[in-house]
Amino acid sequence: MQTNAGPSGATADECDCRDGMRPDLPRRAFLGRTVGAGAGFLAASVGVAAAQEAAKAPPGAVLYDVPADPTKEMGRALLEDGGYGTRSQFETEVRIKEDNPTDTTSWTFTPLAAMLGNLTPSGLHFERHHGGIPTIDPTHHNLFVHGMVAEAKKFSMADLKALPSVTRKHFIECSGNTLTEWKGVTAKNVQRTHGLLSTSEWTGVLFSTLARAVNLDPQADWVLAEGADAAVMTRSIPMDKLMRDGMIVYGQNGEALRPEQGYPLRLLLPGYEGNTHIKWLRRLQVSDKPFMTREETSKYSDLYSDGRAKLFTLEMDPKSVITFPSGEMKLPKPGHYEITGFAWTGRGRVQAVDISTDGGKTWAPARLDTQPEPQCTVRFSFPWHWDGSEAVLQSRCWDETGARQLTRGDLIEMRGVNSVYHYNAIQSWAVDAAGEVTNVQV
Amino acid sequence: MFRFDAFAICACLALAPLSALAEGAESWGSPIGPDDLKGMAAYAPGGGDLPAGSGTVAQGRDLYGERCAHCHGEELEGIPETGGAKLVGGRGSLASDKPVKTVESYWPHAETLFDYVKRAMPFDDPGSLTDDEVYAISAFILNRGGILPEDAALDAGALAQVKMPNADGFYPGDTYDLRLSWGRADN
Ligand code: HEC
Repeated sequence: MQTNAGPSGATADECDCRDGMRPDLPRRAFLGRTVGAGAGFLAASVGVAAAQEAAKAPPGAVLYDVPADPTKEMGRALLEDGGYGTRSQFETEVRIKEDNPTDTTSWTFTPLAAMLGNLTPSGLHFERHHGGIPTIDPTHHNLFVHGMVAEAKKFSMADLKALPSVTRKHFIECSGNTLTEWKGVTAKNVQRTHGLLSTSEWTGVLFSTLARAVNLDPQADWVLAEGADAAVMTRSIPMDKLMRDGMIVYGQNGEALRPEQGYPLRLLLPGYEGNTHIKWLRRLQVSDKPFMTREETSKYSDLYSDGRAKLFTLEMDPKSVITFPSGEMKLPKPGHYEITGFAWTGRGRVQAVDISTDGGKTWAPARLDTQPEPQCTVRFSFPWHWDGSEAVLQSRCWDETGARQLTRGDLIEMRGVNSVYHYNAIQSWAVDAAGEVTNVQV
Repeated sequence: MFRFDAFAICACLALAPLSALAEGAESWGSPIGPDDLKGMAAYAPGGGDLPAGSGTVAQGRDLYGERCAHCHGEELEGIPETGGAKLVGGRGSLASDKPVKTVESYWPHAETLFDYVKRAMPFDDPGSLTDDEVYAISAFILNRGGILPEDAALDAGALAQVKMPNADGFYPGDTYDLRLSWGRADN
């Protein structure tokens, strides 16, 4: 048996409780449940309080004793969780935050490499807030639709939920995703390079449905969307986008939006940069021109090397990334590996994904593991035999409009390195002879 | 005859829910009351929507010192540890290797400054400024950015007249980005 230091300093081999423990569990299960040997250990130990202090469940989980043989002991009764389930205590993945001066205007990254399937669990959806996370009572929340409309209207949450709804899977990507890589290799792992990307099933009302209730002025061309947070976040949205597939959503992955995702209401603009998906949505002001808010001029505009900038670069470009193997991982030995990752595009469906294991010299098609849907991520995979020599792994994708993911060289030639947003170059992961995987640029 | 009846029944069934929906759309939601939109506004370029009120550079200097300087710096130089950005300087730097984007060097419209400060600043007490105060603080920032003279005052009309140094620094067209990522030689 593997020897591990226990919480009191005793090793697993010394303590008679070892049958009730998993040596690889980072934090031990010592709750008050009196189960055989575990209780004996607790009673006999010095520093029990310290042990209990140290026993901490990962976020979203509850710690339980781990029986040696779960078939020989009655399991937990139902509803011990109060009626809302938790994840397993052995699952430890969390969002991590950017190191910014204040955590009320900052962002967290989704642990992409740990995602199973295509959807991001709501609790791991990336975040970007400019004025913290507000607490909003849905019974007092209204959506106001006014401006160039015949009938200015307000909609309570109950009003909105009574309207015909749609449920669609879409990714949201912050246009600042991967921004650290413009100026050279910076982030170490895929959570930090690409983790401002998440995919959910969203439920809500199409903007075009609301448009029928307010009767749009034929000259209406732009809509200001405003949030009810401390930043009172605002973006101007082209009317054709809203009418085509814009959604006012209250549901995410089968339940209400999480507070940090805009509870009780957010705008969902399939394929548009994340900042436009206004959270805590309270107001839509219809106009014939954009409002030129701070977020769409000072921020979220793309500076080119000639010193001029592009406004309203709203659609996310084709992009893909290998999540396994990726930065900070280690391949234990030569052999067969299944390369996996995500591909997405704001312009429609992903058409194809290619993989290179030699830094882009040769390419071969990857398998798409999920059905491409509009403005939704796809999972891809590629069987690879690693012979133990150095390799550089890359993925690139095309979408159904013919747009493709560029090499870093092509991207920088076009946009320089100061545009901050919309970095979608091909990502390279180097595998060295020892199997260590690192972020590189080729 | 029988066929005709069946068709008529089908047509009725199909039309009934449609007309119910058409009628429904007008009744969805409820009318906005006179006070509903109080405190909710956005000020777009053109000045037409800007509120009444006014403020001077001198008034703005004092207000800025009290409400803004501890994050954005006495000289508007920015204090990185607070997250408060540099608000002036950087003119002529946008095409360089180290572009410095500030209100002075980058922002295309002065109305945006009024709109943003009113809605989101001061960061530690958001939305607490009156329209007069925001005119004054905007005047001060634009003065320190070399855009307005020391004796300037701002109100709706004057703000809409301000020409920002970088007003023409943006690619034409205000909708979708036109950059192409197809049609380029493959590597
Ligand atoms: C507690 C610190 C703090 C105070 C006080 C403060 N700010 Fe800010 N300011 C910030 C932060 C943080 C941001 C960035 C917000 C974001 O991330 O969206 C910011 C952003 C800004 C911007 C946008 C800068 C840009 O280039 O986009 C302006 C303009 C601004 N503040 C003006 C003011 C004014 C005027 C005041 C006083 C009325 C003020 N601020 C008070 C912290 C502060």
